[in-house]
Amino acid sequence: MSVIKNLYYSSVGKKYIMAISGLCLLTFVIGHSLGNLQVFMGKETINRYAHFLQSNKEILWLVRIFLFTMLVLHLWTSIRLWFENRAARPIGYFGNPTPMSSTFASRNMMFMGIVLGCFLVYHILHYTVQVSDINLIGKDFSGAEFQIKGQRDVYKMMINGFSHPLVSLFYILGVGGLCFHISHGAHSLFQSVGINSQYYHRILEKAATILAIILFIGYVSIPVSVLTGILK
Amino acid sequence: MNLTLKVWRQKDASSQGYLETIEAKDINQYMSFLEMLDVVNEHLIVEGKEPISFESDCREGICGACSCAINGKPHGGHKGTTTCQLHMRYFKDGDTIVIEPWRSRAFPVIKDLIVDRSAFDRIIQAGGYISVNTGGAHDANSIPVSKEIAETAMDAAACIGCGACVASCKNGSAMLFVAAKVSHLNLLPQGKPEKDYRVKNMVTQMDEEGFGNCTNIGSCAEVCPKEVDLKFIAKMNRDYGLAILKGESRHKPDTISIQAELSELPID
Repeated sequence: MSVIKNLYYSSVGKKYIMAISGLCLLTFVIGHSLGNLQVFMGKETINRYAHFLQSNKEILWLVRIFLFTMLVLHLWTSIRLWFENRAARPIGYFGNPTPMSSTFASRNMMFMGIVLGCFLVYHILHYTVQVSDINLIGKDFSGAEFQIKGQRDVYKMMINGFSHPLVSLFYILGVGGLCFHISHGAHSLFQSVGINSQYYHRILEKAATILAIILFIGYVSIPVSVLTGILK
Repeated sequence: MNLTLKVWRQKDASSQGYLETIEAKDINQYMSFLEMLDVVNEHLIVEGKEPISFESDCREGICGACSCAINGKPHGGHKGTTTCQLHMRYFKDGDTIVIEPWRSRAFPVIKDLIVDRSAFDRIIQAGGYISVNTGGAHDANSIPVSKEIAETAMDAAACIGCGACVASCKNGSAMLFVAAKVSHLNLLPQGKPEKDYRVKNMVTQMDEEGFGNCTNIGSCAEVCPKEVDLKFIAKMNRDYGLAILKGESRHKPDTISIQAELSELPID
């Protein structure tokens, strides 16, 4: 039990929690992106993939519960850290100079996280819970219109879902927040768990930026393709 | 050259501080920053005013006593430079310079630019030492240490405990200082027997002192006058993770078992 106690209460332990939960969520983000990109391989491919995910209820819920737990841990720990960090420096320097060697992402992890969090709530209500009031096109994604032979037509849902520019814009904003978050988090997590050295510190930083850019392009390509009519 | 200084004035720990504008006239560009303050103070004394309180000791960049943030940057923000080694040639005639004390809850201001850094002492007392019987000096090479390890430990040991890392960190985190002290001893054979106990205790003490948490931004390493690398923070995090997993960190190893372990050397 002392391991958990130390993890929960110590500063280094809290960073371990942030790093490990962040890594789990990052793995999901990468997987989710790869899954979604199958929309470019045609209607049958993405629908088959969606059916594969949805039909294995036991695995689906196991993964959902796991990811939700990681999200709660990540959120809860970040709030605790944020308040502690604010308290640790009650008075700042004159003129609030930008912290040395910081990046836009590293200074605004909390803000990006909040943007992402707001988007995440909308995104889940939009496509997972399928609340028709918030998709701005007034269609019921869970209705018969979005079914093929008793299976869900995810392809059609994606095309319709992104057809409203405001929905797509919010999506791009949310993914933008996510990718800035990742550009710092994906290398910072290695430092937090101690898997870092001066030899590959810079490489990790670059790799995180590249990963963030690739993920951004991958995610944003879908609403952009829908709006420009590449995907119909 | 003539400068305008905006200096943080605070009577004592419980008083409210404020920035006072003081003119610094006829400053020589070859002066160090502290010599400039000495000159300003002499003028203040002649005028019957309270001189600016600041800390200094060796004035050759090795003691870590000088502590003030110049234009929001601890030690002025020049690479590998302490305030005493910062020279006035870096400034231009007519410049306005803001001079403030270290900003951190764990470093309360005592007076003007002087802060209480005894939180660092308590962190060292929590584990920044090795427990061996003292006596006559051992032969320098009786415990073989590889060149690479010796150099890395020396890089960590270069930390002078000035507190610029805390002062530069937007979270007021002392991770670089503690990491340097932990790594310095944990890397060497003499420090290995108490490795787990040390890292666990020093991190616990750091948290108790009210320092913030590391967000891996790197301001600390940027401003460190001894250029202590961020890799030591990674090492401390690694050592901490292993120590709490092993669960051996709660008990301080006794001196006899440390001696026994050391007598089984060479390790490296």
